[in-house]
Amino acid sequence: MRELASKVLKGDTRSVARLITLVENNSRNAANAMKIIHKHTGNAHVVGVTGVMGSGKSTLIYELARGYRKQGKTVGIVGIDPTSPFTGGALLGDRIRMQELACDSGVFIRSMGTRGALGGLTGAIFDVIEILDASGKDVVLVETVGVGQGEVDVVKMADTTLVVLVPGLGDSIQAIKAGIMEIADVFVVNKADRPGVDRAVAELESMLDLKHVEGERRTPVVKTVARKGEGVSELIQKIDNHMNYLKEQNLLELRRRKRYEAELVEIIRRELMSYIFDEKRLKGKIDDLVDRISMKKMDPYTGAEEVLERMLR
Amino acid sequence: MFDEKELSGIKKAREEWEEKSYKEYLKKHPERKKRFTTLSGLDVKALYTPEDIAHLDYLKDIGFPGMEPFLRGIHATMHRGRIWTMRMFSGFGTAEETNKRYHYLLEHGETGLSVAFDYPTLYGYDTDHPFARGEFGKCGVAVSSLKDMEILFDGIPLDKITTSMTINGPAAVIWAMYIANAERQGIPKDKIGGTIQNDILKEYIAQKSFIFPPEPSLRLIIDTFEYGSKYVPKWNTISISGYHIREAGSTAVQELAFTLADGLTYVKAAMERGLKIDDFAPRLSFFFNSHNDFFEEIAKFRAARRIWAREMKNLGAKKPRSLWMRFHTQTAGCTLTAQQPENNIVRVTLQALAAVLGGTQSLHTNSMDEALALPSEKAVLIALRTQQIIAEESNVTNTVDPLGGSYYIEWLTDKMEEEVYKYFDRIEQLGGVIPAIEKGFFQREIAESAYRYQREVDEMKRVVVGVNKYQLDEPISIPILKVDEKGERIQIERLKKLRRERDNAKVEKALNALRKAAEGDENLMPYILDCVKAYATLGETCDVLREVFGEYKEPIIY
Amino acid sequence: MERKIRVLVAKPGLDGHDRGAKVVARALRDAGMEVIYTGLHQTPEMIVETAVQEDVDVIGLSLLSGAHLTLFRDVVTLLKKRGMDDVLVVGGGVIPEEDASKLKKMGVAEVFGPGTTTDEIIEFIRKNVKK
Repeated sequence: MRELASKVLKGDTRSVARLITLVENNSRNAANAMKIIHKHTGNAHVVGVTGVMGSGKSTLIYELARGYRKQGKTVGIVGIDPTSPFTGGALLGDRIRMQELACDSGVFIRSMGTRGALGGLTGAIFDVIEILDASGKDVVLVETVGVGQGEVDVVKMADTTLVVLVPGLGDSIQAIKAGIMEIADVFVVNKADRPGVDRAVAELESMLDLKHVEGERRTPVVKTVARKGEGVSELIQKIDNHMNYLKEQNLLELRRRKRYEAELVEIIRRELMSYIFDEKRLKGKIDDLVDRISMKKMDPYTGAEEVLERMLR
Repeated sequence: MFDEKELSGIKKAREEWEEKSYKEYLKKHPERKKRFTTLSGLDVKALYTPEDIAHLDYLKDIGFPGMEPFLRGIHATMHRGRIWTMRMFSGFGTAEETNKRYHYLLEHGETGLSVAFDYPTLYGYDTDHPFARGEFGKCGVAVSSLKDMEILFDGIPLDKITTSMTINGPAAVIWAMYIANAERQGIPKDKIGGTIQNDILKEYIAQKSFIFPPEPSLRLIIDTFEYGSKYVPKWNTISISGYHIREAGSTAVQELAFTLADGLTYVKAAMERGLKIDDFAPRLSFFFNSHNDFFEEIAKFRAARRIWAREMKNLGAKKPRSLWMRFHTQTAGCTLTAQQPENNIVRVTLQALAAVLGGTQSLHTNSMDEALALPSEKAVLIALRTQQIIAEESNVTNTVDPLGGSYYIEWLTDKMEEEVYKYFDRIEQLGGVIPAIEKGFFQREIAESAYRYQREVDEMKRVVVGVNKYQLDEPISIPILKVDEKGERIQIERLKKLRRERDNAKVEKALNALRKAAEGDENLMPYILDCVKAYATLGETCDVLREVFGEYKEPIIY
Repeated sequence: MERKIRVLVAKPGLDGHDRGAKVVARALRDAGMEVIYTGLHQTPEMIVETAVQEDVDVIGLSLLSGAHLTLFRDVVTLLKKRGMDDVLVVGGGVIPEEDASKLKKMGVAEVFGPGTTTDEIIEFIRKNVKK
């Protein structure tokens, strides 16, 4: 693992890919490598991109990556697609839009399934961000699953969160739930060559008017036509501005702290679950409890108490 | 269509039959399946009677061949007057090799030529382009310049034979080469006949050999309509296709609906440009698949004629010729198997027969080695003979639309038409064909049907003889065609020589003029003709257009 | 957390026939695998680079245009160069028996001809993927 970690730090593509697989599969060994690389993280600007399906996130991310490459920056991209709750499989198609970057050594693209996690991300996302960060990427772009309303998890892991909307697609601006409004650090109105764009922007601006507090940063709204590359340099500027704002106002540390907290909780949760459900000793016990709960011979709370007592003993 | 009293008598009798004979019989001998459907999924009853077509009016809905509604045929005599063109899709390797195959086929009785191009050509790349690596001549002939076109048709009198060319993205350029070659042979362009497929909408939907985005592609297509109607009047400037949509996995209903919707989109686009419908409509042609469900295919072809005539009339067409649905058919490649390839001869026969009974104007029959390689000489000969036997020996061509009046066929024709209009409505709701393509509508429908079909085969709900039933444990051993590897080098050498020996100043001038014209809105055909006549290559010409029009990126739908 | 089999379904070269690739991608997903489908017109370089970044267990190459001997060979060669020897490479399309044998000698584990069921492909992958 030491060797793997040191190769990751050097930016070796194969090693980065391998370590991501190991953490995703919850391999015992991965922890050793992760321990080594942690202190080499913190450099990458993590940008979360969320928005409904069809909003053009993949194309937008592709264009952002190209833009960053022109600036000489290296980019890591994580595309997340839903894992089927029935089959456990997933069709990971985000990279299709980005394949022209496949052979650019300054870009690393990884496609991941949610594997049961809710909130539009995957449980391994924190690990993957750390790995890409430690491997030297200047920017890490994370494309969440586009379910639209439930992806507030993205704010836990991103420095800058983009919310992508499309005029006429999905709910009108008014109907967007409060949560989404709050998490956006930058609003992107994509496919801005469609009818209704001015209205969409106006509605957004008026909602922002309502929640704006004097002296605080006002969330910018950027119009883009991703498939033509229009508006992308402006968007990059706004993203960079946001990072500068975080640094100047000493807010970056606070943000990152939230991420590390979420990461710690996630690792603890994972380990606990693994211990309880994978450990052979307890597995039979769990099944037995579930049977009894099903037959109403026991309730779930008592069952949980039994397991926890047993574990903490 | 029937007398009220007579009909109610039949109804009563049928109900009695159902209760007594049919249900009684079922008790002792259950039917083989719970549900019988066409391949499209339409439910099929045990029996069709006059009741099922009583709602039809013979004169209005069925009528006579050569007149509205054109259901029974576009000409009064159909195959009694002229047997369909036997046109075998063909091409591989160098122009010399394909020319040889063309002579072979003509010698053995084919009556029209059909050109298959290789992938680099289909995408507008010359043989020496990096993307062409490994692809030269493998699934069609490589044509990189007018020189290749000259060799391809060497010894073939272009005023005596018509040629269909399966080319889409770079269709205008290839067509220009054909025209230029004919002129070199001394044949003026108003004497040549043929077809260019030139149907970009179905490329986005199914065949995927697109180059430019929809808007400039449509512009180019309408340029060809305009140019053709003025200067090349015997040429079909488009072959609006359903074949590929079907091969990609759609049902017969989808094939019909999507093809006709595409067709109407082209017509409307041309009219928007200012062309008069009766000026270009007579030269629109179609291309359908002929698949396994014998009667459904026949119903499909008939419904196609009736729907097209109606819709074109609604758009304002006045000339009868503008209402004619003229089509070429190809038997379904995707139904042919690698296992026990001789069985494919039988499949193709049935599919070809359906096309003939459906009233096709032109027919390609696949060879038995379809699933393994390009057709060998022996295999393609059998495929051609299949058509000739149907034409000469079976007597099905003795009368027009022999299945007209069959209760099942008339009912099925009507039913398919109904389903097609449902699709028309959905497409309209999505904003039309191009918005629907961008939303992935057709691609999703097709992918669903394709997946469903595969599941049915895998689960043995659908039998493929020799593959999941009646299998043989024998190695597949029929001689297959191999494309000569040397051809690629010959072609690359030829290209190098061409670029050296031509007047490069002239080429550059022509390409620059094309670029400028492409940026504006003039008809591009004259400019493209100048380029090809100067021996600009296919790749060079298409690169100019790529520069101006951009390249298309498709949405991904599973 | 269990390990998922990761499969790259790729269409090398200019071939535009994607019906089979899409059907297989979907079937593999339904069998619980993570499938990365990269669309049409992939060069061997793009395919291998993708395989490295995605750390796939399997690469499925689909080709119906006849260019399989050249392009599949390129993929296998590049994989070896990148040290990805343990990736299972399988293929399908219009590939005659004779060529299938050649491909297997080059390092393609199996060629699934026309008529193969999706279940057969799934079983083969499950059985032969490196543990």
